[in-house]
This record gives sequence, C-alpha cells and structure tokens, in this order.
Amino acid sequence: VHIFSQSHLCLVMYQVLKEAVCGLIAVSWLASRPIRIKQARNLSSSSPVVSDSARFSHWTLIESCPAKDSWQAVGIGGRNRIAMSGPSSGCGFLMSVVVHGDLALNEQEKELNQRLKRLYPAVNEQETPLPRSWSPKDKFSYIGLSQNNLRVHYKGHGKTPKDAASVRATHPIPAACGVYYFEVKIISKGRDGYMGIGLSAQGVNMNRLPGWDKHSYGYHGDDGHSFCSSGTGQPYGPTFTTGDVIGCCVNLINNTCFYTKNGHSLGIAFTDLPPNLYPTVGLQTPGEVVDANFGQHPFVFDIEDYMREWRTKIQAQIDRFPIGEREGEWQAMIQKMVASYLVHHSYCATAEAFAKSTDQAVHEELASIKNRQKIQKLVLSGRMGEAIETTQQLYPSLLERNQDLLFMLKVRQFIEMVNGTDSEVRCLGGRSPKSQDCYPGSPRLFNSPVHKASSSQTYQTGTAEVEMELDHFSNGVSESSSNGFLNGSSTHGIDLEECDGDMGEIIIWRQLCGGSQAAIERMIQFGRELQSMSEHLRRERGKNSANKKMLKDAFSLLAYSDPWSSPVGYQLDSIQREPVCSTLNSAILETHNLPKQPPLALSVGQAAQCLSLMARTGSGSCAFASVDDYLH
Amino acid sequence: MACIEILFRISDKFTATSRHYVDRLFDPDPQNVLQGVIDMKNAVIGNNKQKANLIVLGAVPRLLYLLQQSSSSLELRTECAVVLGSLAMGTENNIKSLVDCHIIPALLQGLLCSDLIFIEACLRCLRTIFISPVTPVQLLYTDPTVIPHIMSLLSRSQHTQEYITQIFAHCCKTPEHQMVLFNHGAIQNIAPLLISPSYKVRMQALKCFSVLAYENAQVSMTLVNVLVDGEQLSQVFARMMQRDKPIEMQLTAAKCLTYMCRAGAIRTDDNCIILKTLPCLVRMCSKERLLEERVEGAETLAFLMEPDIELQRIASVTDHLVSMLADYFKYPSSVSAITDIKRLSKLRHTRDFCNQLDHDLKHAHELRQAAFKLYASLGSNDEDIRKKITETENMMDRIVSGLSESSIKVRLAAVRCLHSLSRSVQQLRTSFHDHAVWKPLMKLLQNAPDEVLVMASSTLCNLLLEFSPSKEPILESGVIELLCSLTQSDSPALRVNGIWALMNMAFQADQKVKVEIVRALGTEQLFRLLSDPDTNVLMKTLGLLRNLLSTRPHIDQIMSSHGKQIMQAVTLILEGEHSIEVKEQTLCILANIADGNTAKELIMTNDDMPQKIKYYMGHSNVKLQLAATFCISNLIWNEEDGSQERQDKLREMGFVDILHKLTQASDPSLCDRAKTAMQQYLA
Repeated sequence: VHIFSQSHLCLVMYQVLKEAVCGLIAVSWLASRPIRIKQARNLSSSSPVVSDSARFSHWTLIESCPAKDSWQAVGIGGRNRIAMSGPSSGCGFLMSVVVHGDLALNEQEKELNQRLKRLYPAVNEQETPLPRSWSPKDKFSYIGLSQNNLRVHYKGHGKTPKDAASVRATHPIPAACGVYYFEVKIISKGRDGYMGIGLSAQGVNMNRLPGWDKHSYGYHGDDGHSFCSSGTGQPYGPTFTTGDVIGCCVNLINNTCFYTKNGHSLGIAFTDLPPNLYPTVGLQTPGEVVDANFGQHPFVFDIEDYMREWRTKIQAQIDRFPIGEREGEWQAMIQKMVASYLVHHSYCATAEAFAKSTDQAVHEELASIKNRQKIQKLVLSGRMGEAIETTQQLYPSLLERNQDLLFMLKVRQFIEMVNGTDSEVRCLGGRSPKSQDCYPGSPRLFNSPVHKASSSQTYQTGTAEVEMELDHFSNGVSESSSNGFLNGSSTHGIDLEECDGDMGEIIIWRQLCGGSQAAIERMIQFGRELQSMSEHLRRERGKNSANKKMLKDAFSLLAYSDPWSSPVGYQLDSIQREPVCSTLNSAILETHNLPKQPPLALSVGQAAQCLSLMARTGSGSCAFASVDDYLH
Repeated sequence: MACIEILFRISDKFTATSRHYVDRLFDPDPQNVLQGVIDMKNAVIGNNKQKANLIVLGAVPRLLYLLQQSSSSLELRTECAVVLGSLAMGTENNIKSLVDCHIIPALLQGLLCSDLIFIEACLRCLRTIFISPVTPVQLLYTDPTVIPHIMSLLSRSQHTQEYITQIFAHCCKTPEHQMVLFNHGAIQNIAPLLISPSYKVRMQALKCFSVLAYENAQVSMTLVNVLVDGEQLSQVFARMMQRDKPIEMQLTAAKCLTYMCRAGAIRTDDNCIILKTLPCLVRMCSKERLLEERVEGAETLAFLMEPDIELQRIASVTDHLVSMLADYFKYPSSVSAITDIKRLSKLRHTRDFCNQLDHDLKHAHELRQAAFKLYASLGSNDEDIRKKITETENMMDRIVSGLSESSIKVRLAAVRCLHSLSRSVQQLRTSFHDHAVWKPLMKLLQNAPDEVLVMASSTLCNLLLEFSPSKEPILESGVIELLCSLTQSDSPALRVNGIWALMNMAFQADQKVKVEIVRALGTEQLFRLLSDPDTNVLMKTLGLLRNLLSTRPHIDQIMSSHGKQIMQAVTLILEGEHSIEVKEQTLCILANIADGNTAKELIMTNDDMPQKIKYYMGHSNVKLQLAATFCISNLIWNEEDGSQERQDKLREMGFVDILHKLTQASDPSLCDRAKTAMQQYLA
C-alpha cells in the first residue's frame, strides 16, 4: 500500500507539474516568438506592443518575486542555498583560524560545497543536509577518525568478527539527490583486509560490518561478496585491497545500489533499499585504513554521466505523460492560464490580442488592468512616492486598511530616496523634471473593453488608445472596477522609458539621493516620518519583527559612505522592487476579489511544492524534474 | 466464385488507373506531362500495389528518359526523381526493377546538374536504392569520377550531407571501398559533419567513420589526428557515448573507437577506451537494450578486448557481464518451440504477440552467437575468467548444444568459445570431461566448412593434450584418420591443426598409437609435410617425429622400419635454409635417434651425419650447439653396446677437441653438457 500510494502521488504530481510547465512553455513560446503576437497586433498600431513585449522580457524577473513570499518551495530553494553559503563560509572562516589558517582546508571546503551543489541541486540542505564526513558520535569505539573525519582506521584487537566496528556518515542520504554517490579509497588493507563498504540505517549496531544486520548493506573486500542484511554474503564482485577506490552509488529513484571499483561499475548489488540510509564503512583487523570522498575531490567513476542518463529518463517520462481524453480541454486550459497570467501582470495589449486570437473573455475590465499596470511601472522604475499616491487615488481604502503594506511601500520609498530615484528627491535633485502635479491636458473618455472587443474596428481604436494611455497619467480617477470608466487622464511630463534611461546613469554616479543636499534632507525627514510610523504601528498592532527588520535594513544604508557596495547594498538593486511590486499588485487584485496569484504562477508554485513534498516522502525522481528546467 | 470475380474487377480497376498515369507520361504537351508526374507522385505515396503496377506497366524507363532529357524542364526532371524515389521506397522487387533499368547511372549523371533541388531529389532516390541489401554496392564505384563529385556535393546542403553520408555508410564494405573513399578525402570532408546541427547528419557521419575505420590502420591513424572544431576526434566520439545520448549514437561512437583501438591508433589503456568505450559497450549488452543493440554491443565488445587481457579482466567484472550474457540464451531456441507457443497463444493473444515472437526468433540465433563470441573473447587469456564462465548457469550444456545448432554462425561461435575455454588445464580436466564435449566436437569435425573446422580442430588439439581425460575416448573414436586427412587440406591452418593434434596425441603415447599414426599418415605424407611451405606445419611435423621417437624401444622400432627415410629427411632439413627453431628441433630428433640401441648405427654409418653434428657443435647459436652436443653425448654414452668403438671413431673425427673447447663455453648448460660428454671418455 505504501509503494502504491507513493507512486500514485508521483504520477499526480507529475501531471500537475506538466500542466503548469506546459502553460509556461506556452508563455515563453509567446515571448520568444513575437511574430505571433505581432500578427495579432497588426490590427492595432505597433508601438504599445513594443512596450509590452519589452516588459515581456522582464517576465522571469517578475516571476521570481512571488516566489519569495508565497511559493515557498521555489523561494526556499533559491534563497536558502544563498543563505546556506553564508553561515557555512563563516564557519569555514572560524575553522581556518582554529586550524592555524589552513588555506588548503578552506579551498577543499569550497570545492566540496561547489561539487555537492552541482551534483545535488534539488537538495534543500536546511531540511536534509548532505553527508560531508564521518560522524565522530555515530561509531564504534574501535574506530578512529582523523583528517577532518574523512579518514577511518581500526584500533581494536581484530581477533574475531566480534571485534568488527563501523562508522556512519553525519547525515543520511537525502532522497532529493536522485542519485547519490561516494567513494572510499583503501589506504591500507591492514592485517586481513576485512573491510566493508556500504549503507545502514540509523540505530543499526556499530559493532558489526555493514551488511550483517537488518537495514544494513555492504560490499566486503576480502571475498568480494555483497551482504544484504544477512550474515552470509552473495558472490558479487572482485575483491578489493590497498590502493583500490571503491564507490557506492544509491539510486533513490528505483531504490537500488551499485558499487564501482577503480571507476568501473560492478552492477546492481541491492534492490528495494529503505529510505534514509547513511554511508557506512566497517573495519575488522588492525592496520586497516580507508579515506572517504563525499565530494571533496573529483570522483574516479563518472557519476555525472550516470546522472545524465537518469535525468533524461525522468524528463522523457514527464514528456510522455499521457494527457488522456482531455486534449481539447487541455488546450483551452493552457490558453486560459496564459491569458490570466497576462492580465494579472497587466500586459494589457498583449492580453487583449491573445484573448482575441484564442477566443476568450477577459475577466477583468481593461481600465482596471491599466491602472495596475501604471502602478507597477511606477514601482518598477523606483518612483515609489508616485506609486503610493496613485494607489491611494485609485484604490482609496486599500492602503488605509493595510497598514503593513503601506509601511512596506514607504520603506521602499526611503530606499529609493537613498538611491536617488524616488520622484521627490529627483525633483529636488533638479536632474529630472517630473512631478505628478504638472498634468496638462483634458480628461478623456475611454471605451469599455467589452465594447471594444465587439468589432475589430473599435478594437483597433481601443488599442490605439491603450498606447496613449501608457504614456498618460490618470488624474482624478474613480474606482475603475465600478464602471470601467476612467474619469480622466492627462499627459505626463516625461514618459517612463526616459526614467529607465535616467536610472542607468544613476547607477553609474552612485551618489546619495542623487547628490543633492536638499534631497538628503528630505530623505532624512522622510526617515523620521517612517520611524514614527513604525512606532505608531507597533503601539497599535503590537510588535512585527518583519517590519522591524525591514526598517533596520533600510536605515543601515545610511551607515555606509558608499551604500551600494555595503553589505546591505543589495536593497538598492532594482530587482528588489519586484517583490514590492508583486505584493502591491496582489493586494489590489484581492480587493477586487480576484486571485492574488495568477493560476499559472500558482501551478508553478504547486509543482515546486510537489517536488519538495516528493523530496520529503522519498521519491528521488524529484531530483531531475526541476521546475526551472522548464522555465527557460 | 463471386469473390474472385470481385477481386479481378478490383485489380482491373487498379491496372486501369495505373495505365492512365503511365499514358499521361507520353502526352505531347510538356505541361500535361508534368501534371501527370505530379499526380503520379501523389498516387504512389504509401501505396505498394500502385508502385508495383506502375513498374510493370513500364513507367520507370519513361521517367528515366524524362529525367535525363535536357529538354525537360528542371521541375519535370525533379518530379521524376521524386517519383522514382517513391517507387524505390516500396519492396525489394521494386528496387531490383529500378536497378535493372539502369537507374543508378542515370541518377549519378543527374548529380552533375547545378540545381540543388534536383540534386537533392536524385541523392534521396540514390540513398533509398543504395541502402537496400539487393543493390550491388559496386555500382557506386564503377565510374571513378563519381566519388570525387559526390564528395564535392557534401558542402551543398544539410540534405545532401545526410543522403551522401548515408550512402557512404552503406556502400563501404571492403578495404578497397575504404581506400577509395579515404583517398578522395572522406575524412576531412565528413569530420566537420560530426558537429552538424542536424541529428541525422551527425549520426550518418558517425556511421561513415565506423565503416571507414573497421580493420583499417591507415584510416584509423589518420582519424586520431583529426580535429573537429579544435577538439580531437576521439573526444568527439567519447562525448557521443554519454549516457543521455541516443543509444544508436552511443553504440556507433563506441564502434568507431573500438576500430581505432584495434587498428593500433588508440592504446588499450587509454582512458577513453577503458573508462568510456568498454563500459558503454557493456551497457549495450544489458537487458534494457533492443535485441539488435545487444547483438552489436556484444560483438563489438568481443572484438575490442580480444587481444588485451586487462580489458578482459575489467569487462569480466563490469556490471555482471558474464551473467548478463547468460540472458542471451533465454530466447526460444528452436522453431518448434515458437510454433508451439504461437498455437497456444492464438487462442488468447493478439497478433502483436506473434510478431514479437518472430522478431525474437530471428534474433535468437544472433544473440546466441554474439554471446558465444563474447565469452570466447573474455576467456581467451585469464584462468579465473574461464572458471567464472564455466560456472555460469548451464554454460557447458549451452556450448554443447550450440555445437550442433543448425545455424552455422552459432556453431562457429560456440566452437570458438569452447576453444577459448579449452586453454584451461583445469577446465580440460573437469567440465570438459564431465560434459563429454568431445562428442559433439567430433561430430562437428566430420562435415563442416573450413572456418568451423579450423576452430574445432584447434580445440581438439587441446583436448588431446596428455593430461586431458578426453584424450582416451577421442582416440577410441577413430580420430587419427580424420586428423591425417586434415593434414592434406589446402588450408595451412587446417594442416597445422591436424599435425599439431597428431603431435599432441603421440606425446608419451603407447607403441600401438604411434604405429597407428605412422601407418595412417604414411611416410610419404610425412615427408610432404616436412617440406611444407608453412613453417608452423614443418615445426609441428618435426614435433610429431620427436614425440614418435621417444623411449628407446619405440625409437628402434620406428627407425628399423622407416630409418632410411627419416635420416634422409633430417639430412635434408639440416642442409636446407631453415630457421634456428627448425634446425634445433631436427637436431633434437637426431639426438633421440642417437638414444636408440640399434638406431645409433644409422648415424654412425652415415658418412655425412657426424660431420653435420660437428658443424652444429661449432655453430654460433647456443641452442643448436646444445642440441648437437646432446646428440654426441648420446652416441658416446658408456654403458651401451659398442660405445667404445663409437667413442674411438668420433675421437678420430676430432670430437674430443671440440668437446674440450665447449667445456670452456660461457653458457653454463652447454658447458655442463660438454663436461658430461667428456666424462664418458674419461671413464
């Protein structure tokens, strides 16, 4: 029953994954093939589409932001690895001090981390750390460890099999490895060469050689036999002795194990292995010494080639997964997913063109999409002050109700002030003209999207207006969801592209608040307001560690003469605008009772979640089905 | 009756429409002809019946005529080539008819045209024709200008590359073909295609290299130095063996490297052989692979490691190869078994199942012979591996039944395997005897083609070794006549094996056996063998003589009946131009003769012989000196009748001085031998 449920789960998960992935492929296909969109667009004038497709190229970046807060799997996967390297390199630093600044050791550690990351990218080491050495705690007393707990020697009497002794690695093999491999070099065969290399579960008696007991598996050097939880061995491979390198490979997809000798595969030794086995070695006579390689050095056997084969197998399995009878539904569903994705991220022109060519209805009104698009553009170009103001105009109660969100936006605004990109400081800096007060022009009436879609003629004009609208700022807008009408809009002083251009220059100059003294003062004043807002929030709603940290990080920028190259400088990177943008967008959508995630992103997240669930339940195939592989 | 009528009507209708297509080819208006050809093209696609009809109705000569006419429009000529290509896609009979209509020269001529589309159509059709087993490959090489021209077309397009490489891969069957292609720059022209963006082109280019390099040292040596995009060819091949590449590509790349290695262009201890090619080929033998792939994999692997014990040792422990091969025998071995299964399954199973069985049966022989070949190669040097093989489940039984299989390929492979295992003293003593392998072996020897005979007789040589328990029963089965007849064969290999077996048989044999050998062989044949052009034959014949002439009573008896001829033969060889080994062997025979009681006199009374011995005692080669001294020592041995006279006579001839000189020799054994001989005088 256990096996059945597991494999069933796998299949279901694959299907979900595949569905999500196909949708993504469809989008990236659209993105990579502008011809198709152009055809649709030829009905309209071309320039709005250009700006849309320019946004399109951002799409992965934008995609990566929801990952942080909501799609745990992707977020953790990406971020934790970064987080991991932090503490571990710190550790390495400490150790190097202890070990008299042994640089070589540090190098080895680095190489080990790199190799493990390359071999087992799907492993989340915070949940399931990889074995890196033998455990000084999980061994029999006759075992001695040295050389960073990688060398094992025997220190017992070695008179009878009762003197056998084993040691396990620090951690069990994570299922998310898919295929796991380690090597053991025989430094000396000692008196009789009674050495066993293999695997055992936690708690198996260490006063034994691997393979003799239940949940214990070993390949022995003296007779070349394999021991599968039994005191009597089966003829398996050649004997091994001093100088030989024996490798042990666990396939966590089909739960088998094979060994290698000096780089040659010896064939399957064990099948139906249980989960969570530890690399294990056992010795029995004096003088026996072996060294382990958990990835510290290149392996003698070409394990990556073996992994390539399994990656291909798993991916072929996913590609061939049957859709069944639902082929028609399938296409419609993918189209829906793509369309909803486009709408969610406010790619209005493309969304409309796509919806038209695939005969779908857009569920959100066009004006509303455009409003969101406008706000997102402001956030992504770093003009937070305008973004907040526009949000407050368009969605009056939103930020009032959601003070945390407002706080987050303001903190971002502060960061953008430091950056010199926020509108307020830019005005003061005098470099860019722009402020939201100078909107000449007259209000204009917009057709409702429903009406536009009714005839190609009006559709054309409709999109033509979309084009203009991109460059316009709406003024005195009413809640667009109520009637789909914008009360008016006026021409903006500069267009957003120009902003982007300016940003490039700013990065080169890198002066605090763009270098203007007035701007710095404004920034400091804003910081005080932010501080008092924080205190106010705490009084009203209790402590919020996330908010506290956010503010602390942002203020830390001022502690450095060159904030950009400081340890907290990453906040100034424009990529950090994306999570803010996405959170704000989601919040707006929620007020309209629309999903805060597009179904496509949801299914990508779900697929990723499935993979981490598979990793936890011991389905090794998750190692070779990374969602990222399908994203580009 | 009604049914037949309907059938007739249908086929009539078919022929009628077919005739209509052909008729349109003769329309006076070229535009109508073109439309006719295009309609014909659409009509024949996937329709074998229609294709056969059109051929019978004579469409081919007309199409060829239109194709060759320079007055035809290029479009028409191209469409003709396309239709012909379509016709070629049908049955083998279609291909035969096309070839009979001289389509090949016509299409090759067409390649001279400058239009790429037309060239591609011609090449596509040529490709289809040349990859058929019924097409004589030689037709590609008849006109010497063809190959260089085709070579120059390789750069035209991805399609020309695909078709041309595929043609080459199928039409390179002999060393001559290899050299023609090689001399026209096949390697330089095809190597860049290995990194073509098209999989088909890469694959066909790879196949070209595998057929070019096969047993060809010159090609192989050139290949190792070729760079493709700055990378050595062996590295390119190694990359093509990666485990995520298609199986076909892995296998063919492994073949290329195997052939290069066997031709001496890559060392057997090179990592790309030991760590890449060998494991790749072992993988090809696994159960997961298709039967065809398993056969090719096993054969290639057998070829790769045949001469190298280290590779044999590695392969023998890789992925349980020895027991993996045992699975090769788990397919229905006889037709009757298949038909039984079919009859049973008809009730329950689908046709697919039967098709599967046919497929398996077809490959069952191939699988078995491939497994035998690989076992033979694995066990050719290492005793432990042989033991492992014979301990594999039912292995000896499988070999025994393989020896009497209907397929000659299987019999040959089985006997090769047996031969390889027969090099083991232990196996000769145990499993060979237990399974009475000599019985099917003897049966095989009765009536078999030469290649089987060579292997079988060679195995028999080993079974006739003195310590083999099979020797006795074989002797009793009347093998002597058979072996004697082998010595009269035209094939040197068979003559060697025949006489070798006799030599082994005569070693420490009974008087009766020896007499029987001499009688059966006849002195005439014996002397004919002593003048055999093959040194091996001569050596083994001398060996036989030496074995016959051992133990004193045997020596005397044989010398008394054949003394004169033997002495003549010995004289002849000692006087002739022969290698040191031959002369040494002959002197040993002479020494044996000198050991006889009465036989001694044949030497003493011979005017020449003592002089010859004297000459060889003073020879520059120690081995010959030793053998000659041994001979003298036997002649002057004390305790024998007439030793005094012989000593005196030889002293007169100056042998004592020579012996005295030899006691100073630097070679210790020669020195000892001379001293022992001198003691006979002193005693």
